[in-house]
Amino acid sequence: MAEQGREDAHRDGDGEMHEPTSFLTKYVWSQDHKVIAVQYSLTAIAIGLVALVLSWLMRMQLGFPGELEFVDQAAYYQYATMHGMIMVIYLLTAIFLGGFGNYLIPLQVGARDMVFPFLNMLSYWVYLIAVLVLVASFFAPGGPTGAGWTLYPPQSILEGTPGYDWGIILMLTSLVIFIIAFTMGGLNYVTTILQARARGMTLMRMPLTVWGIFIATFMGLLAFPALFVSGVMLLLDRAIGTSFFVPEIMSLGETLDYTGGSPLLFQHLFWFFGHPEVYIVALPAFGIVSDILSVHARKNIFGYRMMVWALLAIGVLSFIVWAHHMYVSGMDPAFGFFFATTTLIIAVPTAIKVYNWVLTLWNADIHLTVPMLFAISFILTFVFGGLTGLFLGNVVVDVPLSDTYFVVAHFHMVMGVAPIMVVFGAIYHWYPKITGRMLHNGMGHFHFWVTFLGTYAIYFPMHYLGFVGVPRRYFSYEDLEFIPDSAHDLNAAITVAALVVGVVQILFLYNLAWSYFKGAKAVANPWKATSLEWQTPQTPPIHGNWGKTLPEVHRWAYDYSVPGAPDDFISQNTPRQDFEKLDEASEIDPDPTPLYPELGGHAVKESS
Amino acid sequence: MSFFKTIFSQPWLGDAAATETVPGGNMGGGMRAPLKVKRTGLFVFMGVATALFSLFTVAYKMRMGMGGWTNLADPAILWTNTYILVAGSVSMHLASRLAARGKMAAAKYAFIAAGVAGFLFLGGQYLAWQELNAAGFYAQANPANAFFYVLTGLHGLHLLGGLYAWGQALVKASTGSNAADISASIKLCDYYWGYLLLLWLAMFAMLLST
Repeated sequence: MAEQGREDAHRDGDGEMHEPTSFLTKYVWSQDHKVIAVQYSLTAIAIGLVALVLSWLMRMQLGFPGELEFVDQAAYYQYATMHGMIMVIYLLTAIFLGGFGNYLIPLQVGARDMVFPFLNMLSYWVYLIAVLVLVASFFAPGGPTGAGWTLYPPQSILEGTPGYDWGIILMLTSLVIFIIAFTMGGLNYVTTILQARARGMTLMRMPLTVWGIFIATFMGLLAFPALFVSGVMLLLDRAIGTSFFVPEIMSLGETLDYTGGSPLLFQHLFWFFGHPEVYIVALPAFGIVSDILSVHARKNIFGYRMMVWALLAIGVLSFIVWAHHMYVSGMDPAFGFFFATTTLIIAVPTAIKVYNWVLTLWNADIHLTVPMLFAISFILTFVFGGLTGLFLGNVVVDVPLSDTYFVVAHFHMVMGVAPIMVVFGAIYHWYPKITGRMLHNGMGHFHFWVTFLGTYAIYFPMHYLGFVGVPRRYFSYEDLEFIPDSAHDLNAAITVAALVVGVVQILFLYNLAWSYFKGAKAVANPWKATSLEWQTPQTPPIHGNWGKTLPEVHRWAYDYSVPGAPDDFISQNTPRQDFEKLDEASEIDPDPTPLYPELGGHAVKESS
Repeated sequence: MSFFKTIFSQPWLGDAAATETVPGGNMGGGMRAPLKVKRTGLFVFMGVATALFSLFTVAYKMRMGMGGWTNLADPAILWTNTYILVAGSVSMHLASRLAARGKMAAAKYAFIAAGVAGFLFLGGQYLAWQELNAAGFYAQANPANAFFYVLTGLHGLHLLGGLYAWGQALVKASTGSNAADISASIKLCDYYWGYLLLLWLAMFAMLLST
């Protein structure tokens, strides 16, 4: 009893106890998960802009070679390396977990904050240091590393590779710092979900967004150590001359002191991190997209349990497919067969998710709002990129296509465009809650259509380039006989599309800023959604989120279009009794037992 | 199995069904007791550390099969250090048991002894480094040496983190927080000391066997 009392005191009183007052504690050294989320997101977007500009510079070189004189071979490889690393780690991982994870976990599970707020604040500031160290490499002598984002040794740490002096050291240091930041944040996300859910919020009542972030965080906590190990060891090889990864080697005519190291060991470690990383970015996107689809289609998500199981299955399977990135590094055919098989198996839970999304849309009351458009475009893009993944997962198909633009097209579609579509959808969806204002709709539609069609204009032709054998990682294709003229024209067209799509992202940022001051005031629950974050007493939610008492949860997050309910949604904190009263008032069968629970419960009655 | 019970529950059935398939303990209830929260966090962190050291072990074994590997002559002082770490863990466990029974004064001595053992262990590891360095076993001379420095260094860093928590608990104890709070902190240190001991024994066994 005494413990219960203390818990209650903690639960109900905490909201007002530590309200920060000064500007510094409120917006800079904040321990509030919502502020930290915005800090994470803005930092990620800022560094993402750098990566966007780098992609422009690369595209200029590919589409219009020689037009920009400062883009030489070294610069091109530096841009490619930094573009990849920033987009994958410092933008997507950070914004999904540090940004959306931070904002949505406590609000969607009904907590006042993360369980370790100080650690959470530390996580952001350490992340910022990682970003600054990365940015520093642009200004270091020799510039950033040009080793490619995979940083394969020995080439990445030998003289002759751009950024040999400082770039590679700063890159590896930055990664190690990032992993420390991620671990601090990840511990928070997992512990909050396990230990700070509101009364009645069972694990299987959590919105799929939380499930996706939860499993992705677990994967990150297990996968990032592999990057840490390879990063530390590579750093030692470069800085003090150990021989973990570098074999006996001649460089620039001299025999170096390295002996017996194994480049393959690095590749194994890197991809043991690298492949789960794809899903660390994808699973939060899966979760968010499920919720956006359900809300804007006014229908419960199809197969909720199957969605959770699929997330779990993908999380586990993604740890045993890594070597499909190494088919061309040379491996025992039996290993190749094993990894090809696991790669194809992982398509099964993924396909289940896609079917469930489509079935959620089937016969639904679809509202083509901007978030919904982005969510639907995610499905299309993800299926597209996923199917080319099935090609590349097979050793015999991968070997000729590897190192061509087919691969570039595949991974940009599946883990570049698809997740970023969800990032946009999620921002349009939750912006009213975060700021209290709606984003401008016209700009939003324009942003969507140009981005969606534009990214297809960029990546669709790259598949063709890959088939005709245009190799990736080339600085210049001039005077190469095996490259047809059509490929050059196509490259120019892709560049134009890339520039246009890039410019539209600036418009999106303008919309973010403009709407913050001038946007229409948002009501508390503009999309009429059921999950807890839309039921806060204030919009935007204040420190402590819930005022005096925490919400109690009585249902799952997908009660849309329930027959007999006055609205077409019932929020998660609506008690059973209230609903029964509503039932009687509207003189509809008060029997709460659904007719066909295995088909998704209440919604079935509607069609009968 | 509550895991399967959980993932097979049918959330769309509402409250009645949820209480049937999910026992009260799983219903959630706002922020749980601080000890439980911190313990969960600590266990997750131990999971991360286990992943980290397992991957180093895999790398170690793989690298052994390649060229340029000379087995390391393990410094004798490592045995002394191991005994110190064992003593520290035993002492920490004792402190935790004593605190749970309310014998705070005795618990405090055992707790301090456990922390001191931690510092002694770190000092001993430093001496081992010195010894290897003096004998010419530089990190770049041989990957076995490099692994030795990396593994002991990282293990030491993890212990340093533990000692930071230990210091905080000590401050808490000397400023007179309530006994339950202090005993919870000691309990958490107990888990971590035990974990670091197991980790070290595993690393030490690997170093000795090669």
